[in-house]
Amino acid sequence: MKRFGGILVLIVLIAFLGPLLSPHDYQQTNFDNILLPPTAAGMHWFGTDDLGRDLFVRTMLGVQITILVAVVASIVSLVIGVLYGAVAGYVGGRVDAVMMRFVDTLYALPFIFFVILLMVAFERNFLLIFVAIGATNWLDMARIVRGQTLSLREREFVDAARLTGVSTARIILRHIAPNLVGVVIVYVTLTIPQAILFESFLSFLGLGIQEPQTSLGTLVDAGVNQMQGASYMLLIPAAMLAVILLCFNFFGDALRDAFDARQSR
Amino acid sequence: MLRYALLRLLGAIPTLLLVIVLAFLMVHAAPGGPFVDERGLPPAIEARLDEAYDLDKPLPEQLWRYMVRLAHGDFGPSFRYTDYTVSELIAGAFPLSLRLGAAAMALALVVGLAAGILAALRSNSLADRFVMTFAMTGISIPVFVFAPVLVLFLAVRLHWLPAGWSGNEGPARWILPIVSLALPQIAYIARLMRASMIDVLGSDFIRTARAQGLGTVAVVRYHALKPALLPVLSYMGPAVAAILTGSVVVEEVFGIPGLGQLFVRGALNRDYTLVLGIVIFYAVLVITLNLVVDILYGVIDPRIRRR
Amino acid sequence: MTITRIACLLLACCVIASCGDREASTGAPTVLHRGLNTDPESLDPHKARSVQAGEVLRDIGEGLLSYSEGGKLVPGSADSWQVSDDGLTYTFHIRDNARWSNGDAVTALDFVFSLRRLVDPDTGAFYAQLLGEIVNAKAIIAGDLPPAELGVETVDEHTLVIRLAQPVPYLLSLLTNPATFPVYRESLARHGDAFARPGTLVSNGAYKLDSWEPGSVIELSRNEYYWNDAATAIDAVRHHVITQEMTELNRYRAGELHVTDTVPPDNFAQLRDEFPEELHVAPYLAVYYYGFNLTRPPFKDHPKLRQALSMAIDREVLVSNIIGRGEAAAYSWVAPGVANYEPRRFNYASLTQDERNTNARRLLREAGYGPDNPLQIELRYNTSDTQQRIALAVQSMWRDVLGVETTLINEEFQVLMDNMRARQVTQVFRSSWIGDYNDAHTFLNIMETGNPSNMPGYASAEFDALMQRAAAQVDPQRRRLYLEEAERVLLADHPVIPLYFYVSKHLVSLDVIGWEDNVLNYHYSQHLSLAPADATP
Repeated sequence: MKRFGGILVLIVLIAFLGPLLSPHDYQQTNFDNILLPPTAAGMHWFGTDDLGRDLFVRTMLGVQITILVAVVASIVSLVIGVLYGAVAGYVGGRVDAVMMRFVDTLYALPFIFFVILLMVAFERNFLLIFVAIGATNWLDMARIVRGQTLSLREREFVDAARLTGVSTARIILRHIAPNLVGVVIVYVTLTIPQAILFESFLSFLGLGIQEPQTSLGTLVDAGVNQMQGASYMLLIPAAMLAVILLCFNFFGDALRDAFDARQSR
Repeated sequence: MLRYALLRLLGAIPTLLLVIVLAFLMVHAAPGGPFVDERGLPPAIEARLDEAYDLDKPLPEQLWRYMVRLAHGDFGPSFRYTDYTVSELIAGAFPLSLRLGAAAMALALVVGLAAGILAALRSNSLADRFVMTFAMTGISIPVFVFAPVLVLFLAVRLHWLPAGWSGNEGPARWILPIVSLALPQIAYIARLMRASMIDVLGSDFIRTARAQGLGTVAVVRYHALKPALLPVLSYMGPAVAAILTGSVVVEEVFGIPGLGQLFVRGALNRDYTLVLGIVIFYAVLVITLNLVVDILYGVIDPRIRRR
Repeated sequence: MTITRIACLLLACCVIASCGDREASTGAPTVLHRGLNTDPESLDPHKARSVQAGEVLRDIGEGLLSYSEGGKLVPGSADSWQVSDDGLTYTFHIRDNARWSNGDAVTALDFVFSLRRLVDPDTGAFYAQLLGEIVNAKAIIAGDLPPAELGVETVDEHTLVIRLAQPVPYLLSLLTNPATFPVYRESLARHGDAFARPGTLVSNGAYKLDSWEPGSVIELSRNEYYWNDAATAIDAVRHHVITQEMTELNRYRAGELHVTDTVPPDNFAQLRDEFPEELHVAPYLAVYYYGFNLTRPPFKDHPKLRQALSMAIDREVLVSNIIGRGEAAAYSWVAPGVANYEPRRFNYASLTQDERNTNARRLLREAGYGPDNPLQIELRYNTSDTQQRIALAVQSMWRDVLGVETTLINEEFQVLMDNMRARQVTQVFRSSWIGDYNDAHTFLNIMETGNPSNMPGYASAEFDALMQRAAAQVDPQRRRLYLEEAERVLLADHPVIPLYFYVSKHLVSLDVIGWEDNVLNYHYSQHLSLAPADATP
């Protein structure tokens, strides 16, 4: 587990510090140097794209933005999911039943369609992407949190708090929420890969991150078009994407195993 | 039993209404209209078109008219394909998406389960490593990357399979799309099954069965399989959703005239009625499916019915 | 083990399945497989409006006139015609053997009916104004007169008369446009607006509509009743709807298409090397431009500023490095290759780019902008790889040469069109114009005040006056002079920055015989044939 966590940290470090090592700007075009394969000459370690922009810097930017999107989107779904699930789990009874019914029906609705509609309707601004991706993932979180809350609710310290007259809201925020941290962290690391894939999928449809910013999804999509002639344009960002996803997946798995083991003890 | 079903149904209707209103508002909030073109329209003609499609009326009235027609099963004409109604377009595209999705799901289940069980049985061996690596790659590479790569190698370079959809007869043209769609799900299901199976195989009652002298195959088939399948079963909901999402990409890449592709183009063309029609169609479908599954659960597990 | 066996079985099935396909096609009717970029909105000639719809319509329908493969006007459903001396009355004789796809005769009444339907506002035809110079057409389109008042009449079953309010020298080329194709009255009467579907559509062209799977393929087969059927070599045509250019290329490479509708913008040089004889790139009557919103600051009443921005763009670099598919840099508004016309050019067209840059900087300063008063503008374009590349390049040029900061806003096509029309938020926007007929008028008339396609909102009394005078000329040479002068005025005012002229690009298999590049990019399937035998899909 440490290994994958370490790789991730390394990647993030390189993503943020790497561009400092290169003299190139991510949006500086250079029409004399288009589609150069990776070379040490001219400090184009990853080569250049079809507008002559340096791919090393752009890939690093892509990693930055991809991770940013994924983390923020996950936080959005975390906040919504935790609040929703905690309230449902704690209040219980009819309210819980209705809330969970709602979640059940939303669960398999074609969110993808709503996201596409949203993006088309409100013109793809940066913020909306986070919200859209986050909004599609909160259901899982809500369910897990509700389950945890249900079991936490029966614990003594909650009884004590209730008996001494602490308000419901306070109980949820100050007593239940902190105990959810473990479970939440585990699931966040598992939803991040989903968020990353989702963003890359939006980019494929032309609805994701807009120029001159870029993300791994946009880079990969552009690379697919250059597959025949300039395969490095596809291979490098695809490899980075795969490595990041793999690390998150393994890391999340390991976290979950550790957490489950702790639970069942 | 009937009461249970009815209750569920009633619970679904508000959700459906909410979906319709939300979708309607979003589609109409989108700037740009269906009759927009670089070639400008003379004002009199634009006015007639707007009138014919109710676009000149205030939004709430448009919504009301739409719902009334919907209650009669009329999804309206497509704005973009003026020769066809939305119902016809959906009826033409849906069977294709259904077959594609069902085949991919079936493939994913068969291969995924088999791989997961195999990996669990030979846990930590080479076969296990191989299956798991494959599974991990399936999750880590987006469909729109490996689908074109597959097309490039298998169709264009080697000519083993057709490169496109239209104009090609025979089962060959289904293979790449189904495989592309199924691959990520195979990966997920294999991982789930493996983990779950390893769990189950380590439990007491299995040890008892083995102590009684049952062979591996029998143990798996009669004792381990059912409990191990539970996590996979609960993944089926998200799996269907994932296949739905994936189908939009696969249909784009291979040029398959399915519902996903129809939706994307409808959204980009501001084909209001088509987009609304597809969203509602899917919502109804999914709610019905959920209902059926719920009822089945109720049939299988009497405990749930009594809640 | 079983898995391996299953895999082998699957593979065997694939091979067998695809083998089966190939064997089935030898000895069968000749089929031409063409790519099509998007579905037609409709196969009703009056409801259709896209270039792609036109491609299919030209295969199934025919107007009074038509084009040869090389782009020359030839008789279509009309085999002869006369023009009066004042250029206001045209008399057409419809062929005696012109037939619909169900065997019925095509008569002059069919054309009268169809033209009336074209201008009827209830039809909602996008091209209603195409024949706006016919007597009463404008009034009918505005809803002031009934369609029956249109200046077209039948003299007898095979003679049609069209009366014009003003001379239209290019009328004959207008009459090749699919919007002027006849529609079959009985189908319309029986099926209403849904008549243009497989099974109910009756058409008068070389092919008839067999089936249409939206998003997939349109299947046509030979119309045996067509008057020139004997000259049609290919028995059936399949228009495959393929939206992704890469997918279309892959299918061409796999041998599944004979002709592609376009070519992916990436890696053009590589394609040229791979398909030296199959790649066809030809000038096309269309201009790609950046327009200014002339109704608001900063571009309102600032011709110098507009000119500075135009001069600072290195069009040669755009054309050779950014787009690189044989396009021509545009220093004029009317596309080259238009009949009977010599486009005017910017007066800085012959300077070097360095000289242009210097002049541009000077003009910018004169307009009041500089390092202490930097110019910040927005450039809008529609979502597409090519537009984006060009926008990025232009942004970079404006920054490097003039110090102008440009914000790129990428919008979906519909949104962009709306914004352009509304003229509230746009400053600089990307657009293009495709000529409808082979005459300079199709480019110049959209810049007249109040024209619905006049995106910048250009309103010049001088330009309008010149255009009106040109319209009144019967002598083509005098008309040409007025048109050229109008273009000169237009260019000097800089309401737009023309960037380049389009090229049509197709991959055409070596098995296809008879393909000729032409400036209108019309390629009728009936003029093509396929090389005999050989492995054609």
